[in-house]
Amino acid sequence: MGSFDLLMQGFENAFTPTNLLYACIGVLLGTAVGVLPGIGPAMTLALLLPITYSVEPASALIMFAGIYYGGMYGGSTTSILLNTPGESSSVVTAIEGNKMAKAGRAAQALATAAIGSFVAGTIGTLLLVLFAPKLATEVVKLGAPSYFALLLLALFAVTAVLGSSRLRGFTALFIGLAIGLVGTSTGQPRLTFGSPLLADGIDIVVVAVAIFAIGEALWVASHLRRRPLDIIPVGQPWMSRDDWGRSWKPWLRGTAFGFPFGALPAGGAELPTFLSYITERKLAKNPEEFGHGAIEGVAGPEAANNASAAGTLVPLLAMGLPTTATAAVILLAFQSYGIETGPGLFDSQPILVWTLLASLFIGNTLLLVLNLPLAPVWAKLLQIPRPYLYAGILFFASLGAYSVNFQWFDLLILLVIGLLGLAMRRFGLPVLPLIIGVILGPRLEAQLTEALAISSGDVSTLWSEPVAVIVYVIIGATLLFIIGNGLRTMANNRKVDA
Amino acid sequence: MTTTQHTPPGETRVVDKAQYGLAAGIGIAGAYVIYDATTLHKGFADQPVQPYTFPFIVGAGLIVLAVLLALATARGDVPEAEEGEDVDLTTGSDWVTVGKLVVVFALNFALISWLGWAITGALLFAGTAHVLGARSIVRSLAIGVVLSVLSWYGFYSGLGLAIPAGVLDGVL
Repeated sequence: MGSFDLLMQGFENAFTPTNLLYACIGVLLGTAVGVLPGIGPAMTLALLLPITYSVEPASALIMFAGIYYGGMYGGSTTSILLNTPGESSSVVTAIEGNKMAKAGRAAQALATAAIGSFVAGTIGTLLLVLFAPKLATEVVKLGAPSYFALLLLALFAVTAVLGSSRLRGFTALFIGLAIGLVGTSTGQPRLTFGSPLLADGIDIVVVAVAIFAIGEALWVASHLRRRPLDIIPVGQPWMSRDDWGRSWKPWLRGTAFGFPFGALPAGGAELPTFLSYITERKLAKNPEEFGHGAIEGVAGPEAANNASAAGTLVPLLAMGLPTTATAAVILLAFQSYGIETGPGLFDSQPILVWTLLASLFIGNTLLLVLNLPLAPVWAKLLQIPRPYLYAGILFFASLGAYSVNFQWFDLLILLVIGLLGLAMRRFGLPVLPLIIGVILGPRLEAQLTEALAISSGDVSTLWSEPVAVIVYVIIGATLLFIIGNGLRTMANNRKVDA
Repeated sequence: MTTTQHTPPGETRVVDKAQYGLAAGIGIAGAYVIYDATTLHKGFADQPVQPYTFPFIVGAGLIVLAVLLALATARGDVPEAEEGEDVDLTTGSDWVTVGKLVVVFALNFALISWLGWAITGALLFAGTAHVLGARSIVRSLAIGVVLSVLSWYGFYSGLGLAIPAGVLDGVL
């Protein structure tokens, strides 16, 4: 069966009333939490992981995909109406979007963000459908050495390329790897502090909820804004003919930036949204409008943001490699169903994967249909009293962690790792490398064991495959560049000091 | 994109002393990981990756990073604390509130086996909302009770999972 037939079958499965309902819930919930301050899509998904214990895999994943896309959209609403973006991916949108809102053009800013997200999301999902299965068939042929190298690359790229401080990135990564060591190895308890309760390792759901939800809530509590935020009131989003004319090209260019960056192992929306912004400023007919609310500066980055979200699903579905926090939690959902993630996913779970892909198209359309009329309602959500909001986050985080095993011990772990999450926010340690380290660390060990078992202990097997060699060259070159850069800044600093 | 923050001449270098504490914590964690690895025995003789291989690498990495972090701190490297919609970094940190939240949280896991989620969940919500500045305790408690009882029934009928009811066993 070709991809097209499989996709059509996916649509058939996704169009059942139950799955449509889950798609609707996902999109609405995703947008709501995207708008709510303090809650991002990764945290929402982490809090909702318990539903994987009894909801059908397809339905749960459809809902999760809806939350992913909805959360991105909700984030842009916040950054347009408040000048304080919640997610790093909407920082760029806030630059022009908030200026537009202040100039009384909030409706147009929201409209170009929503329609641009739809356009980019749809094109991005099409590209995903085209590339992911092909990539998977190639990756599935690779041996354990190449797969080990790819895992290393993913860990390295997420840590070294994103964020402002590499030292802190690697620190977070190694803390994550250390958490991933806890458990049992070859029949012996490892890093369990003598507690039998830790013999099965720390449940990743508990780690994710603790880092995303508890850490964030405690951090906000320590710096809670005492004066109310200025929220710009908004009516029904709409655009004039002129706005359409100025928006459609930035949407397409933003998509072209977003998708490839999302699909790279160092995926993320920060870089493509920024690139899209400077491109639009350069190409604009009246660049002096930038900085005072240019619609191109909202249209381009928002499209880039959503296209990169679709892009991050390529390595996730084709290789089992998560490159963003949200993708990491989606991977956890797969794992909690006992579904083996990796290049074999398209072969072992064709119905599930294609239903998920089809539901991405549906979710994207629902997002547009629901969100244009609902924008004023979402804006009201911004006024929720903060004590109740953060008490609610702590409440649902505890419920989510407790429901894993119904053991008070998990709540203790939740608090301890939550305090770690608080410390990470205080000291500027990025959260993503830690989560990726916890998830991929054990897999790295397993792949290395497998590769060396096949070669009966001969280490040279690790660079016996061309893909592995290429990957090591990439890692080595990046490492050299980083070290060179570091030395240069150090030399420059010394010059200034003298 | 540099790891060291630049200090303009004339200004005194700011050293974030708390960051030494972080470095020490990471170093101790790394040392413990290595100590734990030394207590592990060889698995099977022909096993290529022994149970202690990865811990040695991770532990050593943590110690190296801790040293680098301490050095960076001494050179005047200050962290970029995370921003957010409700985060106001211009005022000082309110660690008292965090401490109170931790106490409420600890009460939850200390009492949950005895009282059950329906009660401790409500107390958790009301307690944390109160600490965070909610004005009406009665209202916080009411919302907490509704949330915890609803979530109990939601898990029971929606997900088919019975959360241990504690002292309310038979009542719910």
